[in-house]
Amino acid sequence: MTARSVRSLPGVLKSVFSNRLSRVYGAAACNQRHKSTYTPPPARYGGRHTVTLIPGDGIGPELAHHVRELFRFCCVPVDFEVVNVDSSMASEDDINNAIMAIRRNGVALKGNIETNHNLPPSYKSRNSLLRTTLDLYANVMHCQSLPGVRTRHKNIDIMIIRENTEGEYSSLEHENVPGVVECLKIITKTKSLRIADYAFRAARATGRRRVTAVHKANIMKLADGLFLECCKEVASGYPEISFDSMIVDNTTMQLVSRPQQFDVMVMPNLYGNVVSNVCAGLVGGPGLVPGANYGEDYAVFETGTRNTGKSIANHNTANPTAMLLASCLLLDHVKLHAYASMIRRAILSTITETRLHTADLGGQGSTSEVVQSIMNAVQSTGPQTLSI
Amino acid sequence: MAAHSAVLSMSKIINPFWGGRLGNTVKVFGTTLTSHRNKTLLTPPPAKYGGRHTVTLIPGDGIGPELLNHVREVFRFSCVPVDFEVVNVNSALETDDDMNNAITAIRRNGIALKGNIETKHTMAPSVKSRNNLLRTSLDLYANVMHCQSLPGVQTRHKNIDIMIIRENTEGEYSSLEHESVSGVVESLKIITRNNSLRIADYAFKLAREKGRRRVTAVHKANIMKLGDGLFLQCCREVASGYPDITFDSMIVDNTTMQLVSKPHQFDVMVMPNLYGNVVSNVCAGLVGGPGLVPGANYGNAYAVFETATRNTGKSIAGKNIANPTAMLLASCMMLDHLKLYDHATMIRHAVLKTMNETRLHTADIGGQGTTSEVVQTIMRIIQSGGQLTTEL
Repeated sequence: MTARSVRSLPGVLKSVFSNRLSRVYGAAACNQRHKSTYTPPPARYGGRHTVTLIPGDGIGPELAHHVRELFRFCCVPVDFEVVNVDSSMASEDDINNAIMAIRRNGVALKGNIETNHNLPPSYKSRNSLLRTTLDLYANVMHCQSLPGVRTRHKNIDIMIIRENTEGEYSSLEHENVPGVVECLKIITKTKSLRIADYAFRAARATGRRRVTAVHKANIMKLADGLFLECCKEVASGYPEISFDSMIVDNTTMQLVSRPQQFDVMVMPNLYGNVVSNVCAGLVGGPGLVPGANYGEDYAVFETGTRNTGKSIANHNTANPTAMLLASCLLLDHVKLHAYASMIRRAILSTITETRLHTADLGGQGSTSEVVQSIMNAVQSTGPQTLSI
Repeated sequence: MAAHSAVLSMSKIINPFWGGRLGNTVKVFGTTLTSHRNKTLLTPPPAKYGGRHTVTLIPGDGIGPELLNHVREVFRFSCVPVDFEVVNVNSALETDDDMNNAITAIRRNGIALKGNIETKHTMAPSVKSRNNLLRTSLDLYANVMHCQSLPGVQTRHKNIDIMIIRENTEGEYSSLEHESVSGVVESLKIITRNNSLRIADYAFKLAREKGRRRVTAVHKANIMKLGDGLFLQCCREVASGYPDITFDSMIVDNTTMQLVSKPHQFDVMVMPNLYGNVVSNVCAGLVGGPGLVPGANYGNAYAVFETATRNTGKSIAGKNIANPTAMLLASCMMLDHLKLYDHATMIRHAVLKTMNETRLHTADIGGQGTTSEVVQTIMRIIQSGGQLTTEL
């Protein structure tokens, strides 16, 4: 077809012109067919990065606003391209625009988009759509006990890696017989190998010693059995990391009694949802933990537990910590490590002040106070900032 | 059919002459004839002869046999009028014969007390989970777990009192999986209107009976819109018939997070199979661990009692360190079901009193006591209660 004829062009062009033109042609031509091998160039011009920002619903917009405020204040070289997604509309245009913007920029920061149960079942979850379209296959959540936050368990440090695109979230349901609904849970070998590989690589990169696979293979023998098998296969390639497995019900019970035994955990989608929420609850709640969704080409950062927070929207009581720590993860991803550490240090020093704790941590502070305090902390450390 | 209607017409002829005298015969005829057609409506007669009940006992694997021995010891000691019919199930065998024998025994007796039967992952996928098979064959559709903070056990959360009602036969545990394309496995989660209405009705009836004020449905309907959407809809329908009980719903991930931070907000929770598994284990962990909570599986015609978190406990089997509390409390629930309330209260009281003694706590709750010490103490307390007992 035309693609093939264009592809031969580079061969001709290469000998005539420099490499660059042919690469552009080649990339454009291969775009349709080899989407997964094509890495988009970083959206970085003149030293400034462009990042897609999806405010979402509930507390998303106000928290995103605070992130921008903080970034502007600290002179972080990041520009945000804001794409609003209206969750009440039935058409998928909004989310498609957002996806296109993320494809362009490669990185995004998002708030949670509400999925109204009352809309017809043909209306798919926008968040899920985003994750599957961009193939953000790994959801990574690092749950750490923060100093200054009082919790029942101390010294928790668990990294949860959750498969993000298949499993129970395939949205494949049908009602063959009225009154009987079948939901399909899909587990594939390729995706299980991929997520297991990601988990072990991440464990090795962060110097972790142990990976636990969470499953329910005694009941779902084929599905979770396949997942477990894939994890074991990958584990054999990482002899320095010990691998074990645990059934999900035992895992959740152990998490509430002795969470310190866990190091890195890898699991399919639904168990990942439950386990990550349990861990978030253990370290202090949904307002503290950031989450990251990684794919081959794209990365999207958000709060770990993906709450819309409708009931506390615009009350100035939301905890900005999770979103701000997510933005630090974003800065680390675009290799602005200095800014990331600076902001992170400021956030952690603010968290130790009990006076500033927001309602979800049991205090009475407001969001704006917390953000102001973080900006003060950043200013006092010395680097270039705008005036407060 | 013909025979049935013939018998019924016979009753009309006979009754005028004999009044109610022959009524029993017709009823017996009637029940045997209808028994094949309306199996669900037939309640088996109680296995109670001469004042003694017969209960099926399935020891299972791991710590099951030793704990059930202790139960029998305590029952014999307290002169409880219950005889156990022991049916062993060998989990290593591939055939289902053992399990079918056990199921037949339970159909006969109506009640069972069981330990967990191990499901090895290494066996072929055609070997289905025996526990699951039991639950679905006997249609034990409601799994009830009452998590209460016990007074003598130290936990991070105090005063928890949550009742969890979990659908026991369908949902993710349908064991319907296939690999159409190599490397791609599809696992079916089935939600039906009938079963959802049934479990919701059970939950509300139980809540009303126990004087509970609030029922929470746990679901993931934002993702599984048809499946969990149907479940939620059924719960709402049933809720409208119980205006004295407040009904709300919560997504499962938020539920588990709330459970670990503020468990006191929950009262009664109803949910499909898999969420029930996870939530009940979280709650068991909150009140002190798997050794403390009893569980019950109820159907229309049968009831099976076991530990709530269904652990085999292979690693502690035979070491005399298992916590017998869960199994003993399960046996008390069984006695309540058999309407032997006095015995039930007596044993429960003794178990709870023993729990208060920290010295006797077993390894799972942080102590160093042995199983036999705990059981001995329980028996001593029963004896000191003044009831009729055999000698110690």
